[in-house]
Amino acid sequence: MKELMVRAIYCEMLGYGVSFSYIHAIKLAQQGNVLEKRVGVFSVILLHDTNLIEVCMALTVVSQMFPKDMIPAILPLVEEKLNHPKEIIRRKAVLALYKFYLIAPNQVQHIHNKFRKALCDKDPGVMSASLHIYLQLIQENPEGYKDLAPSFVTILKQVVGGKLPMDFNYHSVPAPWLQIHLLRILSLLGKNDQSTSEIMYEILDESLRRAEMNHNITYEDTFLLKAAKCIGNFVLSPKINLKYLGLKALTYVVQQDPKLALQHQMTIIECLDHSDLIIKRETLELLFRITNDQNVTVIVEKMLDFLRISEDDHTTIDLVGKVAELAEKYPYKYNEWFIDTMNTVFSLGGDLLQPDIPNSFLKLLSEGDVEEDKKLRLFAVNSYISLLQGDSSKLPQRFLQVICWVLGEYSHLREDLEPGVVVRLLAKLLDMKSSSSETKCWVLMAMTKLCPGGAALALVHDVSETYSSSLDTMLRQRAQELQILSQDSELQAKVLPRSASMEPVEVDSSLSFLDGFVSEALAAGAAPYKPPHQRQEELSRSKALNLEPYGLSLPISISSCSITDRQSPTLLSISSGLSGDSTDFSHKGSRTGYNSTALKLDGVKRLWGRDGYLAQKEQTEEAPRIEAASAVRSADQLGDNNALNSQTPNPTPSPECDQEKQQLASSLFVGLASQSTVSSGSAEQITDPLVSPSDGSDNLLYKSLLDSLDLDVSPPEQTAGLVAPNGSCDAEEEPADADVKEIETPPVRDERVTAEASPHDDPDGSKDPSLASHLPAELSALSHSKVTLLFSKQNLDVSACHVQKEDSVVLVVFISNCSDSFLHQIRLQVDSEELEVRHATENLKISSFSLIVSCRALRLSTEEYGAMWLAFSHDTKQNLTLIHDGRDPLAATLDVLKRKLQLHVVEIIGVEAIVACCLQQDQPCLMHCRMHAGMLAVWLRSPVPDLPDCLLYCCQRALQEL
Amino acid sequence: MMRFLLLFSRQGRLRLQKWYTAISEREKKKIIREMTTMVLARQPRTCNFLQWKDLKIVYKRYASLYFCLGVEHEENELLALEIIHRYVELLDKYFGNVCELDIIFNFEKAYFILDEFLMGGEIQETSKQIVNRAIESSDMLQEDDHSEWYEVELFG
Repeated sequence: MKELMVRAIYCEMLGYGVSFSYIHAIKLAQQGNVLEKRVGVFSVILLHDTNLIEVCMALTVVSQMFPKDMIPAILPLVEEKLNHPKEIIRRKAVLALYKFYLIAPNQVQHIHNKFRKALCDKDPGVMSASLHIYLQLIQENPEGYKDLAPSFVTILKQVVGGKLPMDFNYHSVPAPWLQIHLLRILSLLGKNDQSTSEIMYEILDESLRRAEMNHNITYEDTFLLKAAKCIGNFVLSPKINLKYLGLKALTYVVQQDPKLALQHQMTIIECLDHSDLIIKRETLELLFRITNDQNVTVIVEKMLDFLRISEDDHTTIDLVGKVAELAEKYPYKYNEWFIDTMNTVFSLGGDLLQPDIPNSFLKLLSEGDVEEDKKLRLFAVNSYISLLQGDSSKLPQRFLQVICWVLGEYSHLREDLEPGVVVRLLAKLLDMKSSSSETKCWVLMAMTKLCPGGAALALVHDVSETYSSSLDTMLRQRAQELQILSQDSELQAKVLPRSASMEPVEVDSSLSFLDGFVSEALAAGAAPYKPPHQRQEELSRSKALNLEPYGLSLPISISSCSITDRQSPTLLSISSGLSGDSTDFSHKGSRTGYNSTALKLDGVKRLWGRDGYLAQKEQTEEAPRIEAASAVRSADQLGDNNALNSQTPNPTPSPECDQEKQQLASSLFVGLASQSTVSSGSAEQITDPLVSPSDGSDNLLYKSLLDSLDLDVSPPEQTAGLVAPNGSCDAEEEPADADVKEIETPPVRDERVTAEASPHDDPDGSKDPSLASHLPAELSALSHSKVTLLFSKQNLDVSACHVQKEDSVVLVVFISNCSDSFLHQIRLQVDSEELEVRHATENLKISSFSLIVSCRALRLSTEEYGAMWLAFSHDTKQNLTLIHDGRDPLAATLDVLKRKLQLHVVEIIGVEAIVACCLQQDQPCLMHCRMHAGMLAVWLRSPVPDLPDCLLYCCQRALQEL
Repeated sequence: MMRFLLLFSRQGRLRLQKWYTAISEREKKKIIREMTTMVLARQPRTCNFLQWKDLKIVYKRYASLYFCLGVEHEENELLALEIIHRYVELLDKYFGNVCELDIIFNFEKAYFILDEFLMGGEIQETSKQIVNRAIESSDMLQEDDHSEWYEVELFG
């Protein structure tokens, strides 16, 4: 093959086409180092070539695999290609350079300004390729590229605005990969930097809004709240992939603020019961993040359930670790629960456990001497004895080791327990075939500690006899220990003092007691001891010298010493990493170690406590509260001031079958909620009354919550409420008796209005048709929207609609009394903060909602349209879905838009149509529609900057709502 | 970045493989084996993402063919899924209603298309049109070569 390749190169040089062999070259190159270089030569040849395609190939090869030491040779060539007239070559060269950068960053240093040039390239392909480099660069050093942030924003704006050629669209989303890349870069740049973030704010919002329409957003952006809302949509999505992603994203977000999970409790619960294991696992991951000391039991139980059915080793290890971590965080809360949990963990995790789990478990057991701990230990001993009395052959080795240690150390705590019984149980373990020699060591250790008297002594003797002739040195050592110690109880008391387990043990790390032995050996002519690494060095320095010093120094090495000199308890622990004592030596030796663990626990608890959440909540929930509920708040206050019913209406009585889940939810989220009922999330309380009109019959309140969230996708200053866009807004209150009283609400905050209601009730006040008929005479002639019920309390209904006047939009609020008692007085308070804002900004920001409210038909002739079209500068293009209902899809779609948005269809010509509308007299927007490949390609133009985008968004929504 | 792309049939036969990092042959075989068993064992109507060691595995089934993409952990799964779909679209556009046999018999084309679409484990070109143009021109080159070759044989 190599030979053939060489010939192929030769052929190439002679000018024959050997493109068929490129693929083989690639294959070859993957096989070895020398061959890679051959490819290098090969590609150098090609890069000198003028043939476009061949250069492409070479660049592909270069980026695919290239050894570090070849880069300098080829770098100038690739650089040169950056200026190639063909964009495809420029693009590939940029990517090749990116690869070079990944391999050897310092070699590409000098061409950073060329990257900048690539970023400004007129071809979108080259530009997007350069983003790869920038992502990498910015990841390493976000400070250095702050100046580029505005240009990234501009690019994103263009992409989102549909300025790229149509063929970059992917399922009608303009270049999603590019968008995500940009978002990612922006999020890196925007981290910890307020000013830069502000630049991005607007555009992020924009792209988020569109992406939402197409189910294609990522969780990159740093703006927590908005992200959270999108995630909500995801989690609720019926599509399984989106569900998975939503859960994942939620996990991320929850790390920032656990409160956010509250809104999705029910969904999370549903996901827990999902048939797909992967989804289940993600959910557990999420739960793991929101664990606190109140819900830990439930969550751990769920995790263990999952462990029982999972088969994948990787998952098991991961999950077992987490359960153990959780359990250890809150051991003192419920002793029995803790031990039980750990037992399950050990038996399920089996030998896959990471060794630090049993170690830290034992640490926990052994530290401290309070009464609590005693109970814990006693309980552990009890449960282990009963476990051993059952069938112990199925238990994993690690678990057995833990049991042995605990029994050896603490079985004396149980007064009524004969040590002999324990020893017998342990001896049973020794006889089991499945026990590994390591486990047997632990067993013997435990026996040694138990120091039995009476009948069991014979048994101990037998055991030690058997194992002292074992082939395994460790085992033999333990058996020896056991034998000697069990015969000499005085020595036993000295070596393993029971009460001393609390005292720090001094470890003589310099091994000074060996000095005598060493000096004796030295005097006898032995070589001085050398540590292993020194020996290694010497070995490598002169291979001829290796045997002599090595052989002699061996008997003085630590491990063999400990066998010969067993009198010292310290040595015992040093020599055997396996010894159970080592775990408690390690921390008992230093009190600081203990202290620091305790500290850590404290900190954790405080972090997860209620106070922490509350504080966080205040910060983050404040924003949506203002955002979402401006309209509602006034309504709320209204209700409160009426003092008719102080209780917020429960919008949806959940059906019986959900009860159980609700319960589960409340137990899972108990620590999170500030009050411990399911529906106590503050966000829900705020939005409930708002959303109930749109979606009242739906029994999942979260769904309706999300509906409302659509509205506040826009940034705070563009808040969507029931807002009239242009200054003067007439709010009309109509009390229950149909006694119409007009109140002009000038843009003043917290204006209090008291309306006297005559003692006279309206028999069918809450019915829509009758309400509409109550419209004041001067308004009833104008077109008005449907009267929607905002919310209702026991006997008061509040409804609203808007009416389009010539120069403004009038918001009419109906308050009707639907009980048969008389109302004497109603006090109304209108909080018109929003209206004021609206007035001040004079339409600079057009919220999409207000657009729906105020958009009206603009009647034009085709000629006028043509003239206006050319005059307008701000435009947007996008594809919309068509409506198929049997008729001409174009006409049907336009019909819907006409009905919903009051657009005026100027003319329909074949597959094209022109449509016009205006916001006010001087704010028209023109729309040009064309049917193309099953989609409706629309092109909007207007003199007002934001208007086309907003209108487009409204169209999308209008079509989607069908 | 992407680590590898595998195409295999429902029977577990490998149809196409592309590695974006240097891995030894043995390691590759191991990964391929694990991927096929893992992906083929998935039930229908479950989600398309898996965790495997430190990678995210995104797979999708098209008729009898599984596309399996291994991406690094910070990558977005949905986007990876769309990459697979875009590749299938590209294949579809080139072959015209692509099927498994197309990929078996014209594997080099499939590789070419992949190389134009992805490069060094990153997205290179998302525009269908541009990718297709590149492929077409390389096809032209090949045909030219063939004819030249033919002439050389004929006259030489």
